[in-house]
Amino acid sequence: MLRTILAAASGGLFGAGLLVSGMTDTTKVQGWLDVFGAWDPTLAFVLGGAILPMALAWHLTTRRAKAIVGTPFPARPDPKLGHNLVIGSVLFGAGWGLVGLCPGPAIASLSWGGTGGIVFILAMVAGMLAANPIRARIDQAAAI
Amino acid sequence: MIEMDWIWGLVGGLMIGTAAAIFLLGNGRIMGASGIIGGLVDRSGLSNWQERAAFLAALVVVPALMLPLYNVEVTTNITDNLVLVVAAGLLVGIGTRLANGCTSGHGVCGISRFSLRGMVSTVFYLLAGGIAMVLFRHVLGVI
Repeated sequence: MLRTILAAASGGLFGAGLLVSGMTDTTKVQGWLDVFGAWDPTLAFVLGGAILPMALAWHLTTRRAKAIVGTPFPARPDPKLGHNLVIGSVLFGAGWGLVGLCPGPAIASLSWGGTGGIVFILAMVAGMLAANPIRARIDQAAAI
Repeated sequence: MIEMDWIWGLVGGLMIGTAAAIFLLGNGRIMGASGIIGGLVDRSGLSNWQERAAFLAALVVVPALMLPLYNVEVTTNITDNLVLVVAAGLLVGIGTRLANGCTSGHGVCGISRFSLRGMVSTVFYLLAGGIAMVLFRHVLGVI
């Protein structure tokens, strides 16, 4: 139960932060990516502001054995970069730039995002379902 | 006006980082939006579906409840071009699952622990986003 409550607290605060920061507004995201247009630096303040408390949280994990609900903290991922990390990040960035939405803000703006917002989420879900077979094909090609 | 946007960006950013800190210190989990959604979509994360569902439900409901606080109409300003929207959604869905993270997972949670994967991913998605803007806005003029 506590686990569910904390997850809801986190999701709610995440959504509130996305709205307050302006990241649910696609023009602000595209304004940040549009270095050669009317550049909008807001996103740098959002990312910088978000990294501060999270850096403190990572530091605190070194002083505790477990999270509050008793689960272990996530281990450091394998430092190996791999082709899927690069290919995936490039595809994600291209889609992010095209309309100015990434997964968090897309969900957070569901209630006011209209048809476009819902269509984006459905396409994103379809893409997520397609990702596993695509990953298998890429790995197969990379192994040759 | 622009300066106010920076301040709200910083305040909102601190809220986002605190949300990620609650998920990490409370539940021992990385607050990555694409991972939380993706685990439900491809059923790889059904073992803790309650946690994922609670996170996503609050992610939708809390900002919806905040809308009356705004005097102006809140809008996403998303393009009317649904072909672009579908293409972008597919790219974001495929890309975030291949890369195993998005702006929140690799960006916020990864960079803050000096994860090489998070930093490399962030460099590539920022570059790709910037190139998409040059190509589709300044060269082709479709966005």
